[in-house]
Parts: sequence; C-alpha cells; structure tokens
Amino acid sequence: MTCSEFLKELSEYLDDTIDQRTRVELEDHLHWCHNCYVVCNTTKRTIEIYRDSQLFEFPEDLRNRLRTAIIGKCKQHKSKTEA
Amino acid sequence: MGAIESKVGEPVSDESVLVDAARNGDVGAFEQLVRRYDRNIFRIAQRITQNREDAEDVVQDAFLKAFQNLGQFQGQSKFYTWLVRIAVNEALMRLRRRRPERMVSLDEEVRTEEDSMPREVADWSPNPEQLYSQAELKDILSKTIQGLPLGFRTVFVLRDMEALSTEETAEALNLSIPAVKSRLLRARLQLRERLNKFFKRRNGDS
Repeated sequence: MTCSEFLKELSEYLDDTIDQRTRVELEDHLHWCHNCYVVCNTTKRTIEIYRDSQLFEFPEDLRNRLRTAIIGKCKQHKSKTEA
Repeated sequence: MGAIESKVGEPVSDESVLVDAARNGDVGAFEQLVRRYDRNIFRIAQRITQNREDAEDVVQDAFLKAFQNLGQFQGQSKFYTWLVRIAVNEALMRLRRRRPERMVSLDEEVRTEEDSMPREVADWSPNPEQLYSQAELKDILSKTIQGLPLGFRTVFVLRDMEALSTEETAEALNLSIPAVKSRLLRARLQLRERLNKFFKRRNGDS
C-alpha cells in the first residue's frame, strides 16, 4: 500500500467504517510509515479538538426569547393564512 | 463519536404526531419541536457562521421557515434532517450578506486533490490545547475553520462536530454520499495541515 492509497482510506479508517481486510492492510502500512502514522494521529486530534471546542453559550433567557419570537411569528403566519 | 444532544434520538413515532399536528396549524405542537431542536440548530448555525448574532437570526428564520413550509415536508426523511437543511441554507444566506464580495456557495471548492495532500508532517505536542488559553484556542480554531472552503466546512461541521451520519449529511446538503466522503476527507486533512503550525511539537516539549 502506498501513502496516497492510505490517505484515501484515512477517513473511513478513523470512522471505523472499513472491512477487516482493509484495516489490516492500513495498520500494516502504519507500522512502517512514520509520516502516515503522524498524519493519522494528528488528523484524529484535529477532529477531537474541533468536536470539543468551546461555543458561545445558549443561555436559558436567550433561548426563551428566541422561542417566544419564533412562536409569535408562527402565530402571525397562521392567522394571516387563515384570514 | 458525537456529543449530539440526546433529544435528537427521540422516538420518531412521537415526533411524527407532533409534525402532523404542527402541519395542521397546531402551534403548541410546533413549539415542542422547537424545544427539542433549538440547541442543535443554534450550535450548527454558530459553527457555520462563526458569529453569535447571525446564529440567533438563523435559529429564528429556520424555525419560521420550517413552520411555513411544513406542507412540503414529505416525511420520508427525519424532521431533524429536513430542519438542518433549512438552517444550513439560512446560515449560508447570512454569510453571503455579510461577505457579498466573496461568492459564497457550497460548490465553490472543486480544486485538485493536491490541495489536501499533507505538506508538513510533524508530530504534535502531547496536549496541544494546553499550549494556548481558552480564548486563544477559540480564536485559532475559528480562524482556521473559516479559511476552509465553505463546501468542506459545512460537511465537517455536520459530520464531525454534530455527529450526523454520512447519509443524513448528504440529505441535508443535497450532496451524493461519495461527495460527502470526499469533502470530509479533504476538510479533515486541510484543517490538520493548518492547525499544524500552532500545535506541532517544539524543541523542549516533553
């Protein structure tokens, strides 16, 4: 397996959506190819860092305010279409 | 791998009752759907727009549009996936308004495969997040993902940050499954490459 063949399968490898045979081939490549090993690890970390990244909070008062606005507009829309 | 809200997994049968009632004009039923999904939609909106005010507007507009167009919801897909599709479109519209000088489209990318090939390969520090303060890290992650072509960023947000399946992402973005897979791989590799300069192991790292 070449490095570019490995890279093509990297996503499926990280998502664990490949068959056992391909997995064995990929892991065999990882054993001897340090570059792909590093790319694989740092790509995995990239996904984890983004997945765990901080977001703006969605405090209850904002949530209530938005929901009240949404429901108000829905009611308006309903009365318009029924009129 | 996802930190998805447990609410996303509510039984569909209960949900289809709510959707049917809302379609027939029951605003109370629709309010329950809003409560169920508003956190997810707010999160997706802020991850695409990277802006809190835009995210607030997207939440309002997406739910209102969903209510207005419930008649067109076929029920073949999950209500949540349909809602995500509306929210993504609203988020993209905000971006276009904010940055009219740049054509913002889901199809803007389409470059060669070369752009995703790793150029710099260096191991990272054991705990790269700890090299920076929370505020610095947030800034780095935000700027890095904003530099990604929108067609890649949106796929990455839905698949890796919101834990939608490949099929759900394809449906929400109106893309084929191979297109989702190819964009996700390229998004991941490009983000890795860009984060490398912040996180790579330096002399003296343990």
